[in-house]
Amino acid sequence: MTEPARTTTEALAATAQAGSGFDPVLPGIILLLPLLGFLLNGILALVAGSRSATALRLAALAEPDSEEERVDHQHEVGAPKRATHTLPTWIGPGVMLLAFVLTAANFLRMLGADLHDAVVISYWSWMPTGALSVDAAIQLDQLSMIMMMVITGVGFLIHVFSVGYMKDDPGYPRYFAYLNLFVFFMLVLVTGANFPVMFVGWEGVGLCSYLLIGFWFQDREKADAGKKAFIVNRIGDVGLLMAMFILFSTFGTLNYGEIFAAAPTTLVYGGGVVTAITLFLLLGAAGKSAQIPLYVWLPDAMAGPTPVSALIHAATMVTAGVYLVARASVLFALAPVGAAAVATIGALTALFAATIALKQYDIKKVLAYSTVSQLGFMFMGVGVGAYAAGVFHLMTHAFFKALLFLGAGAVIHSMHHALHATHKDWDAQDMRNMGGLRRPMKWTWIFMWIATLAIAGIWPFAGFFSKDEIIWYVGTSAPFGPLYAVLWGMAVVTALLTAFYMTRMMILTFHGPNRTGEAERKHLHEAPLTMTIPLGVLAILSIFGGWINVPESVRNSFFGGFGLLPMSEWLHDWLLPVTAAADAIRLEQMGAYAYQSPIGGGHVTWGFIATGLALAVVILASRLFLSRDVKTALEEGEPTSGIGKLLYNKWYVDEFYDRIIVQPVIGISRFSWRVVDRVLIDGTVNAVGAVSRGAGWFGSLFQTGQLNTYAFILALGALALLGVLIL
Amino acid sequence: MTGLFDGLVFESWILHALIWLPLAGIPVVLLAGEERAKEVAFGWTLGLFVVSLGLWWAFDPAGPLFQLQSSVPWVEMWGVNYALGIDGISLFMILLTTFTMPIAILGSFRYIRERQRGFYALMLLLQTGIVGVFASMDLFLFYVFFELTLVPMYFIVGVWGGERRIYAAVKFFLYTALGSLLMLVGILYLYWQANLANGFASFHVLDLLGTPLSLTEQLWLFGAFALAFAIKVPIFPLHTWLPDAHVEAPTPGSVVLAAVLLKMGTYGFLRFVLPFFPEASAHPTVVMVMLTLGVIGIIYAALVAAVQPDAKKLVAYTSVAHMGFVVLGIFALNVNGLQGGLVVMISHGISTGALFLILGMLYERRHTRRIEDFGGLARVAPLLATALVLTAMASIGVPGTSGFVGEFLALVGTFEKYPVMAFLAALGVIFAAFYMLPMVQRVLFNKLDRKENRTMPDLSGREIAVLSPLLLLMVVLGVYPAPVLERLEPGVRAIVEWVEEGQTGALRSAREAHALEAELATEELDGPGRALLHRFEGVEPPLPQPTRTEEGELGRSALVAFPQTPAAPTEIFTVTSGDQD
Repeated sequence: MTEPARTTTEALAATAQAGSGFDPVLPGIILLLPLLGFLLNGILALVAGSRSATALRLAALAEPDSEEERVDHQHEVGAPKRATHTLPTWIGPGVMLLAFVLTAANFLRMLGADLHDAVVISYWSWMPTGALSVDAAIQLDQLSMIMMMVITGVGFLIHVFSVGYMKDDPGYPRYFAYLNLFVFFMLVLVTGANFPVMFVGWEGVGLCSYLLIGFWFQDREKADAGKKAFIVNRIGDVGLLMAMFILFSTFGTLNYGEIFAAAPTTLVYGGGVVTAITLFLLLGAAGKSAQIPLYVWLPDAMAGPTPVSALIHAATMVTAGVYLVARASVLFALAPVGAAAVATIGALTALFAATIALKQYDIKKVLAYSTVSQLGFMFMGVGVGAYAAGVFHLMTHAFFKALLFLGAGAVIHSMHHALHATHKDWDAQDMRNMGGLRRPMKWTWIFMWIATLAIAGIWPFAGFFSKDEIIWYVGTSAPFGPLYAVLWGMAVVTALLTAFYMTRMMILTFHGPNRTGEAERKHLHEAPLTMTIPLGVLAILSIFGGWINVPESVRNSFFGGFGLLPMSEWLHDWLLPVTAAADAIRLEQMGAYAYQSPIGGGHVTWGFIATGLALAVVILASRLFLSRDVKTALEEGEPTSGIGKLLYNKWYVDEFYDRIIVQPVIGISRFSWRVVDRVLIDGTVNAVGAVSRGAGWFGSLFQTGQLNTYAFILALGALALLGVLIL
Repeated sequence: MTGLFDGLVFESWILHALIWLPLAGIPVVLLAGEERAKEVAFGWTLGLFVVSLGLWWAFDPAGPLFQLQSSVPWVEMWGVNYALGIDGISLFMILLTTFTMPIAILGSFRYIRERQRGFYALMLLLQTGIVGVFASMDLFLFYVFFELTLVPMYFIVGVWGGERRIYAAVKFFLYTALGSLLMLVGILYLYWQANLANGFASFHVLDLLGTPLSLTEQLWLFGAFALAFAIKVPIFPLHTWLPDAHVEAPTPGSVVLAAVLLKMGTYGFLRFVLPFFPEASAHPTVVMVMLTLGVIGIIYAALVAAVQPDAKKLVAYTSVAHMGFVVLGIFALNVNGLQGGLVVMISHGISTGALFLILGMLYERRHTRRIEDFGGLARVAPLLATALVLTAMASIGVPGTSGFVGEFLALVGTFEKYPVMAFLAALGVIFAAFYMLPMVQRVLFNKLDRKENRTMPDLSGREIAVLSPLLLLMVVLGVYPAPVLERLEPGVRAIVEWVEEGQTGALRSAREAHALEAELATEELDGPGRALLHRFEGVEPPLPQPTRTEEGELGRSALVAFPQTPAAPTEIFTVTSGDQD
């Protein structure tokens, strides 16, 4: 067991030589901190869980015929807090803060260094067998560092928010245990130096997602949603496994460095092997990042606590697919079909999800479909070779979508308390029951508008720059094929739909008259500081976060203050060591971008057009929904006809999958068991079974008396004889 | 050095002790009385486990293929020897057995209420049989132990089982006995052919190795052996005894059955079928048939598991699916595949053992195995819920647990030669989630809506003690399996080289060393041993004895003409290994 330590020091010595000035500070500790948080909170969770289980048993013993306990969360209000409740408050966000500080320290060091090759730190040999050698190793480079910053930074803010949001929940320590464990696996995912280690994180975050979606597991729907997420994700995981198998049989290794270095010479450009690899990777990415055809789990995943939706199902985990494509950019550059598939899937998903978002009334469902749609944008970006643009949108999206979810969380929190105060049996998440919340929740209202303008793509908010860049690159890819002109059109339409449904959500929630009810209204209140401060920080990031990657031409125009911005394309340049190889392959094989949209016009022109159109949509949508007399959910009911019904029911995709896949599989399973196993195989066995029955009768004789002992002694005798013969 | 001295002594008795001490425990258990029997049995097997840990040090991963070898004539006339020896594969199978036994016994404290002395005596007898199976270097001895395990298992299911225990026990007995009988015929035929080729009678595995056989003979013998082992594994469509046996068996019976007994089947393939019949084993048709059956097992069993209303039956079917991965790994016939298969064997032993234990604990509380009778248990039994979730994850191969390492390596190995098979098998990953998660949900999650469940106690201290070593191992083997893989690799490599590369490699060296040793021991220097000895001494070997080369060139003549120098003679005589200096 001393071996791991030796390899670590060796690796450290090796990296110190090749580190080109970048000397990581305790990188392993960044990963271990959330793991430690998980272990400590996990122990507290078991203690708390056991205590409440005892209470439950005692109650059941005292009143065995009492009604089954009401399924409800958040309602152990007022009781004095125990250590199992106060400690996670410090452990959960605490380890995240430390991890963020350490990550930031490493980030600053990397900024100061001129790092070309990733720093790989190998801890121990994980699966050494035959020709396969997989180390438990992490890799620090520009891409993993950006991801780590987002994960620990946004992660910390969401942990802080959770302190306020979850404080009355009996599962509080368990919640933080899962959340910490999630961050650990997410960090493993982005820092793993080879595909299998990445896969540990990949399925690990899926496991945490499963546990957190079904956090309130007493509710069958929520437990179902968690299960669905896990199973659908596993379909994608098969793709990832297959990609790994092909990679290993092609390269004889699964380490990023070796594969990506050898790929341009080993693989034939556009060949079957690399195309298969990338398509299987895409399947994996589509599973985790909720793209067509595997997106169906994400909207259901909203069953989890809202901060979980913000962290896992908006900011971090669901972007893993985008990370994967950016990480394997060399492979996708070598496989034009694979890359085009990524972009196409992205565009289709973006548009499709946006249409569904138009007609949802659950505030979290709107945000969920919006997330699916925005992930589609990121896929478009990395699909057309604009890896930096994809990662850029990943980052800004993490800011404004986390803000939107947390804001929605604050709204739901407030609604929930108000409805609970008067025991009103209304849906706290239905926007038709809200309205006018800007008065009691001023700060949340302001912050969420910032995020809405950002996601709608309005200058100067973060989303404008990142989304504009993706649309620009899709449009400017037109020389590579007419497909991209179509995708560009879809992207533009989607962007306008985004502005529309987001404005609709804001107006229904915060504007117009309040529809919650007279008695309830006075219980609506602004969220506590632990919740509003993270919102504020995210709002600032949603405003300024876009300025780190402004293209040079845009920087010198109106949008960049005519050159006032200190830098241009920083993120693009920062990621160059990771993406340069892919860029070079694309340039050599496909040629340069057109640097104009499919219907003419340069980047700045389209910046004006895009922001102008988006702004127009926001204003129009505001007028439309402000003038509309919105009814409450009870009064209105579900849409019963037309396109509204179709969209409200999400194009009936879940029903379609159920009929085409789920039910047939269950049918085949039943058939296999009842007919194949029972009738065919066992029937044959039992038919040989005159013998079987006879022996059964014979065997039953052994059960009546002491005959078993007799046979037993007989066996013993044989063994004793054996023993004697030996000795 | 004293270390050297102690080591030598230790290595000379440890295998014998692990086989016979369980038997020696039987009178102790019987004398202990009805009330104390379980504690005595537990203490005894726990002690044996501690002793077996010595194997870890006695076995030198860098040493010769077979270690701790010993041989005493048993029935001299027939060439039957009490010959023992282990390689890395047997090492872990024995450790898995000695590790599982005390856990299974501790887990049965509340389950077994009647005729306790008899039960624990049978468990000890079972352990003797199983360890004997894994430690035998003599085919006859192996067969005796292999059959011996049938007897206690039959009674464990038939006496302490559930309502349909007689049907299950008889089905189990008939299925396996039928297979074994055919194998016995195969064994005798092989023995006879080896006798002709060697010029002397011997059941020693290394004497039977490389027996000249025509392809047709090999295929027939492969069939006879494979049938017996395929029933044991079990491989589709010979699996239907397993769900019945599992459901009716008492918890400890199920645990031992799943954790160890099934492994005797896959072990049989690795130790006997592949080495004895290399051409048949590598025959394209045979390989495709076995791989197809493996894949069917993975998917079919997963589907059937998904619709089981009985939790124990569900887990029983998952065993068939897991063993499908083992079959796949074995018949990939490369190092990664075999390594993966072996890790699945170990991992399945741990995780499925734990699943049966947990289901047994639920049964003790509620006297039902039906999934629908539970629900919401995570609220009243958070410790049990944690254990079940972790075990389920290990069982469906979530990375970071032992299940992943095995399945991943088995699939990597399969993919190298049979990508389509690997793809189909990889679909099993989805189906695994499809059967396991709904079960977990319906037991642990959803509403706690049954009155009886609301007063259910959580894990007791004893139950925590039963489960925690298993849970710990699932994670440790998932995160740091390298020490296991290292020790397995020589044995695996030997089989692969023997089968795939024209009977070369460590198995060949072991066979030659064995032959030479036998020759020297009897001082009849006119066999192949003489040839080898002459080669070492720089003397021309005499002409080989006439062998049946026309039937195949795998006989002794081929061995004598083998051009490479085998392992240096000093190494050959080094039977024990811990004594480098």
